[in-house]
This record gives sequence, structure tokens and C-alpha cells, in this order.
Amino acid sequence: MKHFIDWLSQPWPWYVAGPLIGLIVPALLILGNKSFGISSSLRHVCAMCIPANIPFFHYNWRKETWNLLFVLGILLGGFVATTFFSNPEEMNIAPQTQAKLAELGITDFSGLMPRDIFTWEQLFTAKGLLFFIIGGFLVGFGTRYAGGCTSGHAIMGISSLQWPSLVATIFFMIGGFLMTQVLLEPLMRLVGP
Amino acid sequence: MIKKYTYLKEVPNSLENGETGLALVKYLILGILFGIVFVKAEVISWFRIQEMFRLDSFHMYGIIGSAIVTGIISIQLIKRFNIKSISGAEIIIPKKEFRKGQIIGGFLFGLGWAITGACPGPLFAQIGSGFTVVIVTLLSAIAGTWVYGRFSDKLPN
Repeated sequence: MKHFIDWLSQPWPWYVAGPLIGLIVPALLILGNKSFGISSSLRHVCAMCIPANIPFFHYNWRKETWNLLFVLGILLGGFVATTFFSNPEEMNIAPQTQAKLAELGITDFSGLMPRDIFTWEQLFTAKGLLFFIIGGFLVGFGTRYAGGCTSGHAIMGISSLQWPSLVATIFFMIGGFLMTQVLLEPLMRLVGP
Repeated sequence: MIKKYTYLKEVPNSLENGETGLALVKYLILGILFGIVFVKAEVISWFRIQEMFRLDSFHMYGIIGSAIVTGIISIQLIKRFNIKSISGAEIIIPKKEFRKGQIIGGFLFGLGWAITGACPGPLFAQIGSGFTVVIVTLLSAIAGTWVYGRFSDKLPN
């Protein structure tokens, strides 16, 4: 058993994790004729809690409960993996990335997320505004406008050979490259260390 | 009313008839397994997303690429052998229509993905992993979704 836990606690390589993630597509289809998609859960929360008078949020969200349970499961899975099979070693991050991030003032590479940024102390700072409020808003607004996220478009959409999903995925990547390679540096200078 | 109908059509994944209560637990379990994979493969790591967008590591490309290949093969097998869902229903994959939103919205999401280091799935796993401040990011993402819904008829599409 201990060996098994030790083995689970290693970071999993891409060729194990990728196919497992891909298998979620047939698993959901066969279990209940569901298309893999995660960002729609955010819409269901709106429909459930704050539909106002907006037609976009007036549908029977109760029929989408499975999706909310699925994302709740992801949260619990994150807890289980971190609590029971956490990797005891530090993460192995590419040295080039580490060097670039150090220039931006990010120097703590010990966890999955930079502790220089993702803490409650940063909430009411300019950094918090950028990383939590603006970043989160762009994720929610952008995915709904695009009609899906990495799961709905990049994985489910491309897997079912739908070209609009390929277009969406290309623009996800363009946005990501532009932010990381061009905009992040001036933005970090703006929000301070 | 017509508008309402098109929106309804867009909601893709309604439950199959009779799926209530315990039948829904399977989705919770699937989510848990998925969350574990997310953490163990470090997909939820802000650093891994940075590496990806800086082209310093193959890890994320390997994961997304092999997930897509697995998905393509699975769907082809389902079609070839006419595999049914466990309730015996024909498997339906909703068609994705092309809209300008996939370009504009996709681009905006890409910006946010690089800032937060997370697409919506990993946001949930990050919270579960103890980065509880990401709850704020999630709330802001819900707000973003709401604002899109509020102004969707005024946006180019």
C-alpha cells in the first residue's frame, strides 16, 4: 500500500494524464449522453442564483445539475489529491521560465501556485485586482462568449472534429501567448512587487 | 420568444430522463477522479501554464494533445460500433456553430487563462488544493459570465 501511495504521489507524466483526461469524453457520453464541458457550470450558477430578467439565464438549470456535481467533484478531487497523494518534492519548473518570472518578482517556486501572488493578503492590492478580479472576469466572460473553454472546445470540440472549436482553441492560445510574452511584464510593473 | 428558444438550444447537456438522486452521483465521482488527475499532472499549476505560453516545456502540449487524440479515437469507436449510452440511447454530440464569439471571446479567455493560470476546470481544483483565494477568481468568473449574458445581444456574434 505504501508503495502504491508513493507511486501516486509522484507527479504524473503527460502521457499518463493526457489520455486519462481524454477518456472523460467517452465516459460522459456513455454514462449519460453528456458533452464534456466545464465553463457552462458558471452559466448554470448564474441561472440558479442571479438570473435577473436575462433570457440567457432562463432555462431549466435543474436539468444541468450533473454539471454542477461534476465541478464540485473536481474541487473535492483537488482536495483528495493534495491531502493524500501530494508530491513531497518541489515542482520541477523549466529554468528559463523561472528566470523570466524572477525578473517579474516571482521567486517562490515551491508550490503549484506562486505564493507571491495567490494568497488572501493580496486580495485588496493591485496584484489581487489583476490576478483574481480581472483574470477571473476574463475567464468567465471570454469562455461564455466563445461558447466553451479548454474542455468544451479544445478537447470535446476538436475530438468530435468540429472546426469552430479549432478556431476557438487557436484564439485561446493567441490570447495566452500575447498576455504571457508581451502584456504580463508591463502589467506586473504597474501592480508593483 | 424566438430568442429564448435559440438560447435554450444552446444549453447542450440536459439530463437524460430519469436521472435523479443517486444516478447523479456518478458525475460527482467522475469529477473527483478528474480533479485528482488535474492535480497530479500539475495541470492546475500557474507555473505549468506559464511554461506552456513561454514554450519552455512540452508538458501541457503533451497533455492537451494526447487528450485530444484519445477523444478522437473514442468518438470514432463510438460511431463505428454504434455504441449506445448505458440507458440505451443513441449518443448525441451537439454541433458547434461558428460565431464571431469564438474569435473575440476565445482571445479574451486566452488573456485570462495566462493571468489566472487556470481554465474553469482547474479553478475548482485549485480551490480544493488549498488555494482558497481562488474562490474570488471563481466569483469574478461567474460575474464575467453574467455580464456576458446581460449584454450578449449587443455584442457582435
